Amino acid sequence: MPTVLYSVRPRSAGADNVSSHPPVNDLAIRVGTVNGSGSQSANLVLLRAINGMGIPCSGKNVFPSNIEGLPTWFHIRASGRGYVAHRLDTPVLVCMNEQTAADDVRQLRPGSLCFFRSDFKEDLAKLRDDITFFPVPFAPLAEEAFPPVPTDKGYRDKLRKVVNMVYVGVVATACGIEMEEVRTAIRREFPGRKAKAAEINILAAEAGAAWAAANLPMDLPFKVERLDVTTGQVLIEGNKAAALGVLFGGASVLTWYPITPSSSLAEYAEGYLKAHRTLPDGKRTFSVIQAEDELAAVGMAVGAGWAGARSITATSGPGISLMTEFVGLAYFAEIPVVIVDVQRMGPSTGLPTRTNQGDVVKLHYLGHGDCRQIVLIPGSVAECFAFTIEALDLAQDLQTPIFVATDLDLGMNLWLSEPFAYPEKPLSRGKVLDAKALDELGQFERYRDVDGDGVCYRTLPGTEHPLAAYFTRGTGHNEKSGYSERPEDWKRNLDRLALKLNGARAKLPAPVAEHDVGAKIGLIAYGSTHPAMTEARDLLRECGILSGYCRLRALPVSEEVSAFVGKYERVYVVEQNRDGQVCSLLRSSLEGTLDDRLISVTHYNGTPIAAENITNPILNWERTFSEHTTLTNGTGLPGESARGGDSSE
Amino acid sequence: MARDDTAVLVESPGRTTSLPTLAFQGLPSTLCKGCGHNSITSALIDACKSVGLDPYYTIKISGIGCSSKTPAYFLQYSHGFNALHGRMPSVATGALVANRTLTCIGVSGDGDTANIGLGQFKHACRRNVPVVYLIENNGCYGLTKGQFSATSDLHAHLRREAGEENVIPPFDLCLEAIAAGATYVARSFAGDRKQLLPLLKGALRHGGTAVLDIISPCVTFNDFSSSTKSWDWAKAHEEPIQEIGFVRQLPEIEVEQEAGTTTRVRLHDGSWITLRALSHSEHEVTNRAGAMRFLVESQERGEFLTGLMYVNPDRPDFVGLQEMCETPLSQLSDGDLRPQPDVLREIMAGI
Ligand SMILES: Cc1ncc(C[n+]2csc(CCOP(=O)(O)OP(=O)(O)O)c2C)c(N)n1
Ligand code: SF4
Ligand SMILES: [Mg+2]
Repeated sequence: MPTVLYSVRPRSAGADNVSSHPPVNDLAIRVGTVNGSGSQSANLVLLRAINGMGIPCSGKNVFPSNIEGLPTWFHIRASGRGYVAHRLDTPVLVCMNEQTAADDVRQLRPGSLCFFRSDFKEDLAKLRDDITFFPVPFAPLAEEAFPPVPTDKGYRDKLRKVVNMVYVGVVATACGIEMEEVRTAIRREFPGRKAKAAEINILAAEAGAAWAAANLPMDLPFKVERLDVTTGQVLIEGNKAAALGVLFGGASVLTWYPITPSSSLAEYAEGYLKAHRTLPDGKRTFSVIQAEDELAAVGMAVGAGWAGARSITATSGPGISLMTEFVGLAYFAEIPVVIVDVQRMGPSTGLPTRTNQGDVVKLHYLGHGDCRQIVLIPGSVAECFAFTIEALDLAQDLQTPIFVATDLDLGMNLWLSEPFAYPEKPLSRGKVLDAKALDELGQFERYRDVDGDGVCYRTLPGTEHPLAAYFTRGTGHNEKSGYSERPEDWKRNLDRLALKLNGARAKLPAPVAEHDVGAKIGLIAYGSTHPAMTEARDLLRECGILSGYCRLRALPVSEEVSAFVGKYERVYVVEQNRDGQVCSLLRSSLEGTLDDRLISVTHYNGTPIAAENITNPILNWERTFSEHTTLTNGTGLPGESARGGDSSE
Repeated sequence: MARDDTAVLVESPGRTTSLPTLAFQGLPSTLCKGCGHNSITSALIDACKSVGLDPYYTIKISGIGCSSKTPAYFLQYSHGFNALHGRMPSVATGALVANRTLTCIGVSGDGDTANIGLGQFKHACRRNVPVVYLIENNGCYGLTKGQFSATSDLHAHLRREAGEENVIPPFDLCLEAIAAGATYVARSFAGDRKQLLPLLKGALRHGGTAVLDIISPCVTFNDFSSSTKSWDWAKAHEEPIQEIGFVRQLPEIEVEQEAGTTTRVRLHDGSWITLRALSHSEHEVTNRAGAMRFLVESQERGEFLTGLMYVNPDRPDFVGLQEMCETPLSQLSDGDLRPQPDVLREIMAGI
């Protein structure tokens, strides 16, 4: 067994010497501002300008649960290698918020650049001597670009926002972001009637750029260059993608109750439905209801699904708790409904604006008694779109609640994607009998497994036929949906539901597996962890570690996962929750002794997962293994979690 | 209207059919003999037949409780859904937007509505969801064996004459309904079939939230002589405030002829409710503030007044407010539900 000494390739900003220039197009910018100060537009302009240069990029908003006044950060990443996951070390820091500036500076790696407001009371430059500091007169520059308008009572407030556009110009010039793209992005951010605001903001950005050109060294180390590899791609949040899924999945009833980070999904969807599902006479082919709570939201969705609508509701963890009773009922009564869970951190107060994958296994077992729910787990914005559509169809096909589990990172942050593909399949209508079919059959029993696949036929209210009606109930029921407490009826039903679930596996999005030839370790992940996994595998390769990778896309897990695990000596299951929920689920469901091979790698501090959150613990484990002589399955490997994921932060 | 024992003429928009009487019946009741809920079921069946309700376009939705079991005992040609405790209103709301052609009978109990379900009850009233909302009110939890509910009277006794005393005053569900925005609010008594029938008929033809708070004795847990929800007390103390009639879509002129001492209210579908005051002739059923004052005062006097308390046939109902197309959402074609590829292309180009 070769022993490899592993070390992670130092990141660009990690170089000891500032003058050793990192490669172009490997940029990360962190902007610290105050919530509600209008910085969001400035951040989006920076991101869009980079996107306009065709460089793969992503933007992440790390924001507080607050409307105005608390600190907020925006992370922009540009990567010629296509990495769009969160990055822990940002070599370019912009400090607009004195409250957090010192702390932000302390977190920088040596060699980083820091732009800060020259009017801060504290001189940040005194904090460290291994960082290059640039105090920038943001306020005077902004006022120069946007001189006081005596007649405008809102001037001060506008100026406060315009200041942000100055840092756009400064950073653009420092990092080689093209000003023409900045101008285009600003015009995009302030379209139509806001054209005047656009021009003021362009002046502000230009003022920043001019200041930077005059005052900054030309050879700053962190640069981007036009790449044009993302032409045609769109920047979109997962919630907007899922909202388009609601539109193109043919959803007809959408119910919801506001909760971050799912609210924007429902709001986008309502906008799209109004725009594209209103008939020429002004009448709608949908209904959107903002319910009084999540209990009512899901109750309405269940009622609508029962009566034949394609119904969907969106929420987050605390809302899922309130929905639990209805989910249990819908599972047993076999009612189609789709529930999107945009996961967030902790309990109802918790960290509502931070991301997490802590609901996945709860969703899978949600309900009472013997429940196993189907959970689709998109790993990209394109999958947020496609899986929402798929969920609406699966709910009809399988007559059961279907969950779509995304999270705040995927749902509320901007991701690059190819334009979404128009769905190929027609809408699924499931096994529904109309009056004519009832006439032909001459009989109907709601819960009889006629086809042997566990999925029975149903009828909808409003069917003009004496055989159509049945009484839907959560109580024990026989095949005719009659009340029954007979043990054999209850068991038959449960067994049929198990058969239905088993048959569903083949219809769910299959895992996506990739193998490096010669790899000894496997990696399993799901959801928004995917972009960081791609990068982590490259970093591991650079350390001499080849890997296979299996991305789960649905629960219950497919049988292919056993085959995947069987190929490797060790398999790391990477997820964004403390206890390695899916790892535990796999341990209990893999064939034979394959469970011995699983090692849990977790990240759970609320920030989006970064490649290092994956590589660090894996490298630690791999070092441990390389110190032993033979490493084969069942040799008493440490089996429990390598909870080192967050230790570095 | 029952023509004879076997056929009932039903009318739905656009069609008239004849259905056998058994379409309106259900399975035999499994409730206790003498339970008030059974009397309500039987009145409901007659009311449905009498207004020519189309069972194929009717849904029965209930919460959980003895009362909520009753949808199995009527309208067997109608789809039914025994849902969750206190959550009938949300299921009804969803089903009604899914298929706007449906009429919904919602069955609930006092625990189901006044306790666990108060929130959904009030929000349904606030939205004016078109549901016939029956509260079979026995002042206790029948199904879980007699505990107090939020309509148990102050000083009521638990389960028997000498049972523990309730020290918290009740909700008046008619008052709560009117305050929340319900548009047809009545109180009745399971033993007063004469009054219950026209009230039910009117509710079935009203196009908004029609709340009927029906005192319905629980013979097993709350039928002792001091209980205000017992058969004997209710019979002895019930004071119908009006003599109520229901007139099905008569030409205006015929209703006119009944004028005089009678108040008439034209319902959504053109039927009429006629009211002749028996007592409290000053009570105007269309006056919301007056109705609330009337209820508060009668409660303070400890009276058991029954009748139509409030009606407002003009407020638009929730389903109408959704601005949905004529075709029920449940029956839309792929073409109506999924926009064309160029729409996706345009949206993508705009992002
Ligand atoms: C969430 C939940 N909690 C508790 C129960 C137990 N439970 C069943 S019926 C009932 C009370 C029913 O009282 P009421 O609505 O007055 O109906 P009644 O039986 O008196 O007709 C309760 C508490 C339940 N089914 N669900
Ligand atoms: S327990 Fe009471 S409410 Fe329930 S069926 Fe018996 S009498 Fe009716
Ligand atoms: Mg009761």
